[in-house]
Amino acid sequence: MIINHPLLGPRDAQEFTFLGSASLIDRPDWQAEDALEQFSDYTYLRNDTGGENRELWFHEAGDRSWLVVTRNTFTHEITNVEMASDVARARGRSK
Amino acid sequence: MGYSGFRVIKEALTGHKGWKPAWRDPEPQSAYDYIIIGGGGHGLATAYYLAKEFGKKRIAVLEKGWLGGGNVGRNTTIIRSNYLLDGNEPFYEYSMKLWEGLEQELNYNAMVSQRGILNLIHTDPQRDAFTRRGNAMILNGADAELLSVEQIKKEYPFLNFNDARFPIKGGLAQRRGGTVRHDAVAWGYARAADRLGVDLIQNCEVTGFRIENGVCKGVETSRGYIGANKVASCVAGSSPRVMSHAGIRLPIETTVMQAFVTEGLKPIMPGVITFGAGHFYCSQSDKGGLVFGGDPDGYNSYAQRGNLPTVEDVCESGMALIPALGRARMLRMWGGVMDMSMDGSPIIDKTEIGGLYFNGGWCYGGFKATPASGMCYAHLLATDTPHKYAAAYRFDRFRRGYVIDEKGMGPSPSLH
Ligand SMILES: Cc1cc2nc3c(=O)[nH]c(=O)nc-3n(C[C@H](O)[C@H](O)[C@H](O)COP(=O)(O)OP(=O)(O)OC[C@H]3O[C@@H](n4cnc5c(N)ncnc54)[C@H](O)[C@@H]3O)c2cc1C
Repeated sequence: MIINHPLLGPRDAQEFTFLGSASLIDRPDWQAEDALEQFSDYTYLRNDTGGENRELWFHEAGDRSWLVVTRNTFTHEITNVEMASDVARARGRSK
Repeated sequence: MGYSGFRVIKEALTGHKGWKPAWRDPEPQSAYDYIIIGGGGHGLATAYYLAKEFGKKRIAVLEKGWLGGGNVGRNTTIIRSNYLLDGNEPFYEYSMKLWEGLEQELNYNAMVSQRGILNLIHTDPQRDAFTRRGNAMILNGADAELLSVEQIKKEYPFLNFNDARFPIKGGLAQRRGGTVRHDAVAWGYARAADRLGVDLIQNCEVTGFRIENGVCKGVETSRGYIGANKVASCVAGSSPRVMSHAGIRLPIETTVMQAFVTEGLKPIMPGVITFGAGHFYCSQSDKGGLVFGGDPDGYNSYAQRGNLPTVEDVCESGMALIPALGRARMLRMWGGVMDMSMDGSPIIDKTEIGGLYFNGGWCYGGFKATPASGMCYAHLLATDTPHKYAAAYRFDRFRRGYVIDEKGMGPSPSLH
């Protein structure tokens, strides 16, 4: 797989490590009433039913930035790559 | 008619005209007492024990492709019960005991071969960890033996003992571990279940559930609607897809794992060995091919094929341990999609929907579990209570903080 890094261009997936679903960006509020439920959902439950998947990849052997990669899990085709920091900021996170 | 040596000779002398198909090919009925989704090792074993041990009738196994075409036919065939944690070790040792009597039980030659498994030790802390694990195994009635370098050299003289970075310092052996002919396990359970009246229905994909007032009434399939009192999902790598039809999210992600086999060679590898410094394991099939594998590819995937970096990584690990491997040609490689759970351990439990049950999360180690998984799942289906050896494999262990994390990796499925 080739990941088209927004800053560095096409890079071999071997340079990256994989973390998991991009939903991990949406960390729940620890002060919420139902924080326990929210955190156990966030940590453990997934909707990995195949097809388009948004996921976090880390450019470990490169510029060490986090990316959100949109990839089809049936074909391994990558259709979109964004900086995770941009995605997080767009979702109202400060960093 | 039973299989025996006598029968083989008789058929050989009479032109092999007496063999019959090993199981029927029935049309689906309109309703069953029990529907098991997935005709892999676990689904077929569940159906067999449900009929045999619990005397249940009107059982169907629905398989979207052909029996044994999933991971049961794609794995590297290793069986062992060398786990550390309390939730796991009694279950896997129970499975090992069932393997030991399986061929007589099923009247089927599954080539259960207790040739032993050896986990190599490369550092002093690793020896401490393996000693502890060996003790946990012995406490649970399994066998374990700590081997010195000299002992290992007698059995595996060709290993790279004095590697500068990863010298071999010993090993943890389980002599009762070994390999089993994977396809034969599926076929053996299928034939035995069929003889007890179980309908094995192939080319029948489950596409949805009919759920009324929180109770599952049956399944929608590519061959029409089939009603059931109890529906049991047992689809390994397809678990998140199938359960999503019932609106259930799982603590499971699906990833791909590859396996490799070389050309046939003369016997060199007496048992199964695992490298303790990188992820690599190897055994030799009865046809002579070295069967090996390593880490899963490490990202979510439903493609039954992996990528080249993993091939390179596995082969590098293999060469580090067995330099002679470089002289063998690789014949075949393939991939299977695995149901990786959040703590690396399986789930055998009821769901929040009445009459709907779940078995999955086997990661890359579910083949060895096949007999015990079938027995425990059948127990749950028949009695609505967990089997004592599967009591820890519940959905709520994640929320309650009772994860069974053998590798201590945390909630990252691809790392287990
Ligand atoms: C490369 C590799 C190596 C492995 N090595 C080992 C090993 O050495 N030792 C070990 O213990 N384990 C190993 N495993 C793991 C082991 O193979 C699995 O955990 C185990 O086989 C899973 O259980 P199963 O046999 O029931 O799965 P499967 O055989 O995959 O059965 C699931 C079945 O469900 C069917 N299905 C899916 N969706 C539907 C649907 N909608 N409707 C109807 N049917 C459906 C599928 O077609 C399939 O036949 C390995 C796995 C892989 C991929």
